Parts: sequence; C-alpha cells; structure tokens
Amino acid sequence: MAAKNKDTYKDVTFGLTTFGDIPVDENGKLFTHAASIRQVVEEAVLADKLGVDNIGLGEHHRPDFSISSPETILAGIATRTKNITLATAVTVLSSDDPVRVFQRFSTLDALSNGRAQVILGRGSFTESFPLFGYDLRDYNELFEEKVELFHALLDEKPVSWEGQTRAALKDADVYPKTEKGRLDVAIGVGGSPESVIRAARYGFQVVFAIIGGKPERFAPYVELYKHATEDLGTPTLPIAVHSPGFIADTDEEAFELSWPNYKLMWDSVGKTRGWPPYSYEQFKSEVNEGSHYVGSPETVAQKIAKTIKTLGAERFDLVYGGGNLPASARMKMIKLYGEKVIPRVRELLKES
Amino acid sequence: MKVGILGAGKVGVVLAQLALKAGHEVCIAGSGDPAKIALSVKVLTPGAHAVAKEEASREGDIVILALPLSKYPTIPKDALNGKLVIDAMNYWHEVDGPREDTIPEGATSSEQIQLFLDTARVVKALSHMGYHELHDAPLPKGTEGRKAVAIAGDRQEDIQAVGGFIDSLGFDPLPIGPLKSGFVLEPGQAGFGMYADKETLQVALSV
Repeated sequence: MAAKNKDTYKDVTFGLTTFGDIPVDENGKLFTHAASIRQVVEEAVLADKLGVDNIGLGEHHRPDFSISSPETILAGIATRTKNITLATAVTVLSSDDPVRVFQRFSTLDALSNGRAQVILGRGSFTESFPLFGYDLRDYNELFEEKVELFHALLDEKPVSWEGQTRAALKDADVYPKTEKGRLDVAIGVGGSPESVIRAARYGFQVVFAIIGGKPERFAPYVELYKHATEDLGTPTLPIAVHSPGFIADTDEEAFELSWPNYKLMWDSVGKTRGWPPYSYEQFKSEVNEGSHYVGSPETVAQKIAKTIKTLGAERFDLVYGGGNLPASARMKMIKLYGEKVIPRVRELLKES
Repeated sequence: MKVGILGAGKVGVVLAQLALKAGHEVCIAGSGDPAKIALSVKVLTPGAHAVAKEEASREGDIVILALPLSKYPTIPKDALNGKLVIDAMNYWHEVDGPREDTIPEGATSSEQIQLFLDTARVVKALSHMGYHELHDAPLPKGTEGRKAVAIAGDRQEDIQAVGGFIDSLGFDPLPIGPLKSGFVLEPGQAGFGMYADKETLQVALSV
C-alpha cells in the first residue's frame, strides 16, 4: 500500500468503544446492569473532556454486556458532552427496523447538535434474531434489504420501498429530519470481501473490526475498498480501525489487568459458540504482534501509530473494558488514552 | 498443483492466498456469477482465477469446500466425480440455523458431506483453525513451533495427498483417523480452535 505523506495524518481521529461490560467496585463487587450503564456515561463524559474524538457503544443482548439499546445511552451522553461524536459499534440492522433506526439516530443527532453516527453491521452476535423474531437463515437477505431501505431513508425525502423482510412503504416521509441534511453513517466490516464492496457501493465509511491476528492482513482489504469505490464511482472515504486493548501505567499492570478479564469475556461468549477456552499464549501473541493494544501509554501509542501507517487509516477506535475490570481502572485507562496515548500517536505520525 | 476453492468469503480468500504463496494454481468460485467476485479476487488473491463453481470443481486436482455448511446442496456434485475434496467447513449456528436442518442426528458434518458427494473422496482438514490464524501461521518445514493441521479421511492415499498439500501451505499435517474421527475437530470439541504445533495437537487429540 502506498505510503502517505505526513500531512495526511493531521486529520486522524481517535475513539473509544465499549459494549458496557460489567465492572467491579473497589471491593470486587459486580456492578448492576443499571450501574454499568451509568458508568459508561461517566466514561464518555471524561473522554469528551479529554478531547477523545468519538465514543462507540455496542449492541448486545446477553448478561455479560449491559448495553442493548445504545442510542438511549448515547442520548444521555449527548446532553452532558460538547464535542465527542456519538456512535454505535455496531447497530445490528438485520434485526432492527430501518425506519426506527433512522428516527432514533436523527433524534440523537438533534439532541447532540449533529454528533450522531450510525455504524451499521451484521453483527457477529446473533442473540437479537430470536429475540426480535427473525430467522437466522435470512441473515444475508435481512441485512441486504435493510441496508438498501436505510440508505434510501438517508436522503430525508419520501421513500417508496418494497421487499420481503418488512412491510412496504409508499411515499413515506420519516421524521425528525436532521439539521445537516444527512446522517453520518459507517459500516462495520469483519473482513468479508462482500461487505467491503457493499460499503463502497452505498458510499459508507468502512470501520474494519480487527480483533485478532496481524493488522497488516487487512491491507489488501483497504486496497479492495479503494478499487471498489473507484470502479463504482463512489467517494473513497477514510478508513477506520476498531481493535481491543487496555492501558495502564506499565506494560505489566495493563497485561495483568487485561488478561484474566479478556479471557473471562471471550470464554463466556465462546461457550455459546463452541470456541475453545482462550489461551494465555494466544493473548500474549495478540498483545505482542497481533491486534490487542495492551500496555503502557508508550507501548500502545507505538502500536496504534504502526497500524495507522500500515493501513493508511484515519481513525482508530480502541475497544476497552472487556470482562469485569475495576471501574477505577477503566477511568484511569481513559485518562491515559486521552492525555498520553493520543498526543503521542499524533507525534509519532508527524515524525513519519 | 491446481487447487479449486468453493467459497470466496473470509476462509476461501485466506486459503487461496496460502495456496498461491505455495506456488499452486488457484481457481476460486463464489455462489454465483464469477463477475461478482472478480474485483475481490484481483485485489485480495492476485493470480487466482475467478470462475464458476462448476469450473473450480472440474479444474482442481484438489477442491476445497469453504462455503457456509448449510449451503452444501449447491455444490456441483457431478463436477466432483472421483475428485479429492477437502472439507474445511464447520457447522455454525449463526449462519446455518438449527443443526438438525443440515446434519442428521448422530452424523458428523464431514460424513454428511461425503454422503452428499458420494462419488468424491472427502477428507476433513483446515477447519479447526481461525482464518486469521491460518493466514498468519505458515512456516517452512522443520521450523520450530510450526503449527499443525489435523486431517481425517478414510483412504490412506488421500490422507497422504492432502498431507502433502497442507505441508506445502506451511503446516505440519497430522492424520487423526477416518472421516468419522473428524468429530473431535467440530466446534465445541477438543480439536476445534487448536492453534498448536504437532506434538501439542497430538496430545490434545490423543492420537
């Protein structure tokens, strides 16, 4: 991939993403779901104060993650923050109604003075399907049709649409309209070539979810996105990367906090999917050369800068909080990210 | 060697990349018109040919199945008559729906594929590692820590041939027994997700 000149990196943005994992208090006691949600609001307020560019909330429907309705929490965050972009990570459009998704986000956009961002995805979690009465066997068709309808709604004009997965619309006008005339929309991609081309076709920004393996594996996918937008005549938008990590004062402390908690989260998810228990070697290799950004501010900054340069990315979102971490360690992590990691990555990108 | 790959998603792409790197000729097919995957193939697996699934099946000396398991009835079985086929698929609830809709009770997924492709020679392999691990792991023969890939098949010569192919991709082949024994490699079983060298894998699978 072609090297970028240093000015290209001046617009790089940095975000945080969480699924609302359940933290513990200073006595090791688990937060309730409600308290976990309030914790996320406090974390977003802190991130905003520190100049973090965006906060992304995932959507899950299982006991280990407190967030099932991300835009409700984002609305709470909206009224207490000034600048931070309010994103989902991701909105599982396949098991949602595109009209309601549009309405919820245009409402969030209103509350936040234009800071809402929808990140659509097929989602790797499928709990939402039976919950909302969808059949997993329609996985592809549901996403394909609903993206099409959602894309049509973005013009904020009356829409006529017909499909198999939802009642037809005839000249339906959907409210509220946004002040800027169009919602900010991206699409989360886990590495399926088809998803990359779909994003290019609709003119959506791509967020690559790189949760395992070497980030450079995605370089050909970045090229694919560029080729596809050129072929289709759609705009080539900046690439974003989303990867897990954790920051503490030292590499050792970050590792020791992160490893048992990441394993806890992974194994809890894996149990329902037939994955084997997450191994120490696996985690270590992800931290050393893979896609986990775990360590001191300097270690994490070096690693983020390297990924940004390797992929020519212009946005990096760190997924934090996996497992039952102490709430205080999560707040500390956000402080280190905002005060030390982000400025250091900017410095490293300038040097290149 | 000519390798045919059915499936141009995450797994198919990684296997094509590995086969190309090993110097094999690769024909890759998606579910429909080859034109639909032409761009992905050009950019992600330069050198591979985007073809129809019938052509990938006919052309391959070895044909790898890397499509969603429940889509197996769409495999062009006549084109695979007498062919050596690697089943790299896994039953995946998220994609395939209820297991009993795809695989009869008591059968392993690869036995079901062999039953369907009754004139092909099916070997189960390359299914127990994640695609990003497959991508990052290949090492030259004899390198310490080289990862192993388990192989389950019913005919010795087919196991040998698949073993040679897996070796060429950068893994130590580990035959574990007949196709039926591939059960241990299915999601939720001891071999699934094993990303380990030959010795460790042998111990884990007691072979």
